[in-house]
Amino acid sequence: MSDTLSKRPGPARSHAPHGTVPVRPLRGRLSFLARPRTLAVVLVLVLVSAFTLALSVSVGDYEVPLSAVPAAIFGYGEHLDVFFVQDTRLPRALTALGVGAALGVAGAVFQSLSRNALGSPDIIGFTSGAATGAVAAILAFGAGRLGVSLGAIAGGLITAAVVYLLAMKNGVQGYRLVLVGIGISAMLSSVRDYLMTRAELTDALGAQIWMIGSLNGRGWAEVAAVWIAFVLLGGVLFAYARRLRFMELGDDTARGLGVNTRSTQIVAFAAASALTGAAIAVAGPIGFVALAAPQLARRLTRSGGTTLVGAAAMGATLLVVADLVALRALAPTQLPVGVVTAVIGGTYLIWLLYTEWRGGRA
Amino acid sequence: MALRAPSPPGPTRARRVARPTGLLLALAVLGGCVLLSISVGSKAIAPVEVWNALVHYDGGYDHDVVRSLRVPRTILGVFVGAALGLAGALMQGLTRNPLAEPGILGVNSGAAAAVVVSSVVLGVSGTALVWPAFIGAALAAVAVYALGSRGRAAATPVRLALAGTALAAVLQGLVHGVVVLNDFAFDRIRFWQVGSLVGRDIEIFWQVAPFLVAGIVLTLCMGPSLNAVALGDDLAASLGARIPVVRALAAVGIILLCGAATAAAGPIWFVGLVIPHIARIITGPDQRWLLPYSAVLGAILLTASDVVGRLVVPGAELEVGIITAIVGAPVFIALVRSRKMAQL
Repeated sequence: MSDTLSKRPGPARSHAPHGTVPVRPLRGRLSFLARPRTLAVVLVLVLVSAFTLALSVSVGDYEVPLSAVPAAIFGYGEHLDVFFVQDTRLPRALTALGVGAALGVAGAVFQSLSRNALGSPDIIGFTSGAATGAVAAILAFGAGRLGVSLGAIAGGLITAAVVYLLAMKNGVQGYRLVLVGIGISAMLSSVRDYLMTRAELTDALGAQIWMIGSLNGRGWAEVAAVWIAFVLLGGVLFAYARRLRFMELGDDTARGLGVNTRSTQIVAFAAASALTGAAIAVAGPIGFVALAAPQLARRLTRSGGTTLVGAAAMGATLLVVADLVALRALAPTQLPVGVVTAVIGGTYLIWLLYTEWRGGRA
Repeated sequence: MALRAPSPPGPTRARRVARPTGLLLALAVLGGCVLLSISVGSKAIAPVEVWNALVHYDGGYDHDVVRSLRVPRTILGVFVGAALGLAGALMQGLTRNPLAEPGILGVNSGAAAAVVVSSVVLGVSGTALVWPAFIGAALAAVAVYALGSRGRAAATPVRLALAGTALAAVLQGLVHGVVVLNDFAFDRIRFWQVGSLVGRDIEIFWQVAPFLVAGIVLTLCMGPSLNAVALGDDLAASLGARIPVVRALAAVGIILLCGAATAAAGPIWFVGLVIPHIARIITGPDQRWLLPYSAVLGAILLTASDVVGRLVVPGAELEVGIITAIVGAPVFIALVRSRKMAQL
């Protein structure tokens, strides 16, 4: 007993919490805590996603050698290499990175606002509402590209708001949010099924692919859209990161620490919803990245709360890898990436439930 | 099973009279719904002609509509409704979970995945598709229940719903993957996915009828045992109930009912959820009454929804699965919001 006690680390020299290192650049004029483990994890994720990006740019029916990829990205090298890399494969991969990062950050914010690992857009009905909005726009109104995106955003926002309001009763409880989301999603899915049966086969097929979420044929316009949204809205959320971590401690504690909980909630909820909407507008309602990325990042960094940077890096990596799988698994046929994320994410959710419930915890 | 019922304490005198009368009344309402179902439709047929079609069939167009369209869908509605109502009551009684329901527990997605995979990969078609639907529904129900009741604590409402959602996500992903690659499979599954009483081959119904009937009979006999389970495992065991046997029989009942109903009519949401709650308002917690009430009320809901679906859109029909989903989801949410949700 005394042995184990004596092996514990003694009192730290600084007063920084466990696993953090105080950093005071500019002769102490700036001061913050850095977590070496988080930095390392993010660095590894960035490297993995960069490598996957290079790989997904290089492979395909027309192979660009990996060594030629960096040059081709900047427009040098063989003409065909440059064409395939710059015009088709690079924008697709960059869209995947942006959408993944956006979904990761938005998921992390939703989870820390609801203080629940399941408070992601997938479970609270956002994704289902967006899919229904898109399907309705395509099948009922014959909308074009822009109209479908707007329909998806509107559907997602309205559904999320309805779920949030219906779950409210003496404040929003995490599990009630989850259950109301499941009920509304079930209803919406039968509305979608109804619309599908009333449409021409080709229209319905198009709607089906959009509904699953896909990166096929995404170009530079989509890259610009998703990255601008990520920089603007993600910037707001990163600025709120500290306050969000305090919020995870409970409303009262957060207020005691000087956080204006109401305005934080509103701003963060709005920005995270808009970010999810932007990701969906570009790529369709890709499922489960927003659920899994923050949780995986949290486990890898062993941090007590959510880490927005980690969630962004994890989301980007997940989606780039999933898209490579979707591209190559049944090549030359391209699967919609949403199929891959649903299978991987759903399996991860089952595993999460399985391990959490093993100990008898509810 | 040989257990004498430890019936819940003191049914009031009023309830003792009301329960049999109510059941008779419900059967009468069901009779009315059946009559409506064979006489109402987009083709107006006079009641006399409907009667003639049933007794003096002359092979004319109107008679044919009644005999080959309306009668089969009515029979299907009665049996599938009864099966779903019973399955819901059985699940809720067994798990002591007010949100247990075939749809929420992933039965629908299990059946859909099995239908898609077997029709695309194995080339199964026509009435033979009933077997994959059956097996898929059964496997999904078992898997979700096993996952949701893992660990020492009982399967809570949230757990079962989440386990169902997680499994449904994986299966949906597989279904989407297959149908995106195969237009033909997509064209078939989009119609199968909407639970409906029409457009199903009546042959399918006859194939699963033995299973439906067996499930209904088995479940109706389980009232006393479920009453014991309601007291909690320990107390039930000390009263002489053989809990493992009861659970195994209930699982068989659930598989028979859900599998057969989904195979015959496609996925139908929320009937199994709503009906036992309505029945409980009338009967109280006594399962010996709750089960027959659930069967009759389920049949009423499905046949009535089917009739409404024929009338609500002029010149077209709304599938019964759509109607039950739109009516059922608000009830589900009201249950989630009610304070007593955790208890049953």
